[in-house]
Amino acid sequence: MFQGLQEKFINNFITKDRWQYIADGLITTLQVTFFAVIIGIVLGFLVAIVRSTYDKTGKLKLLNILCKLYLTVIRGTPVVVQLLIIYFVIFGSARDISKIVVAVMAFGFNSGAYVAEIFRSGIMSVDNGQFEAGRSLGFNYVQTMCYIIMPQAFKNVLPALCNEFIVLLKETSVSGYIALQDLTKGGDIIRSRTYDALMPLLAVAIIYLTMVIIFTKLVNILERRLRSSDH
Amino acid sequence: MTINYGDTLIKVQDLHKVFGKLHALNGISEEIHKGEVVVIVGPSGSGKSTFLRSLNLLEEPSGGKVYFEGEDITDKKVDINKHRQKMGMVFQHFNLFPHKTILQNITLAPVKLLKKSKDEAEKQGMELLSLVGLEEKANAYPSQLSGGQKQRIAIVRSLAMDPDVMLFDEPTSALDPEMVGEVLELMKKLARDGMTMVVVTHEMGFAREVATRVIFMDEGQIKEQAGPEEFFGNPKDERLKEFLSKIL
Repeated sequence: MFQGLQEKFINNFITKDRWQYIADGLITTLQVTFFAVIIGIVLGFLVAIVRSTYDKTGKLKLLNILCKLYLTVIRGTPVVVQLLIIYFVIFGSARDISKIVVAVMAFGFNSGAYVAEIFRSGIMSVDNGQFEAGRSLGFNYVQTMCYIIMPQAFKNVLPALCNEFIVLLKETSVSGYIALQDLTKGGDIIRSRTYDALMPLLAVAIIYLTMVIIFTKLVNILERRLRSSDH
Repeated sequence: MTINYGDTLIKVQDLHKVFGKLHALNGISEEIHKGEVVVIVGPSGSGKSTFLRSLNLLEEPSGGKVYFEGEDITDKKVDINKHRQKMGMVFQHFNLFPHKTILQNITLAPVKLLKKSKDEAEKQGMELLSLVGLEEKANAYPSQLSGGQKQRIAIVRSLAMDPDVMLFDEPTSALDPEMVGEVLELMKKLARDGMTMVVVTHEMGFAREVATRVIFMDEGQIKEQAGPEEFFGNPKDERLKEFLSKIL
């Protein structure tokens, strides 16, 4: 039994340096996730600002309509379809475009929609009295947002934001649809070579799980530090 | 008015405010002079808070004009933020910034808006804290304070901007009864030091003792106003008589 497992392990990961599929795939997955998170935060932040400014003041009407359209389309269609459309339709004629760039764009745009709604709920969750206190001291709208509303909103939404990034990390596993060799694809390639499904896929699953656990721990630490004002 | 106060600080002309169907303010014209302590009383829904909040345009008037230090601040071209720096406001629910320490609450606006150095702002902040006897709370967060302490800090936060007038919107209404006194004490001290104040409150004792003028509002209008003795001793308006008989 143990002998068999060891043999399988060697066959799946050591022979022909097959572990490199996993290692390279992991790097690709992390790259895609990292840059998609950045796009998601920036885009989501901007959309949330537009939306809540409209809700609070009635300004930016046109931008608000655009943002709502963006949210409806992105949240109303599967991420795989978005990925395929960006790769085969939007960049259909540009065959030399990097698949990583395509994946970053697809997952970034997708995540931005969810992050926007998370941020917006955070802004809306801050009591309006905070806003009034800021304005009454003489801060303008933007200053009140930056110094008073946003820090509180960010703290309120941190758990939801963390959850979104965990979802994003795992969602990148559909990158294989455009033949991008991410972590999942790497494990799947090994499976197709060795005809052994258990070992490579288990390894892939464990790596995802480990990353999520580490990330959750980091966020917990951050949350605890931010909560120092609550007692 | 028998006593002569200083220049006109705030002048309100035919002020209206409409919320949907509700006419919250129905043509108010009034002046606030330097050094006055004007207390506004009236039944709930009379528009007294809306009136107060219109003075620094936290509530945008539907019609009429508000002049502050001679300038029409309802004019869209006016930088209202500059004027608000000179009009401190204290809220019923304190509205301290929960993510900042007490000292940071006080120094935020002076540092960012008046471009004071951090050291200078903190020095001034500590002086103000000692004024209200709360120096030891400088590094605490608002959630660690009692209601009365929070409100005193909220007042200090406004004072740090060195305002020309202080607006109080029911400052003691959200407090436990035993904490009302400490806040009123501080307000009395401010009044004695010559701060111009406009106070919406239900504290008739405060109005009697500190006010230079008491205004009775009902149905979005000023129905009667007089010095406190006259106001409480010899009310004329029927609604005011009824109001006083219920609360005194």
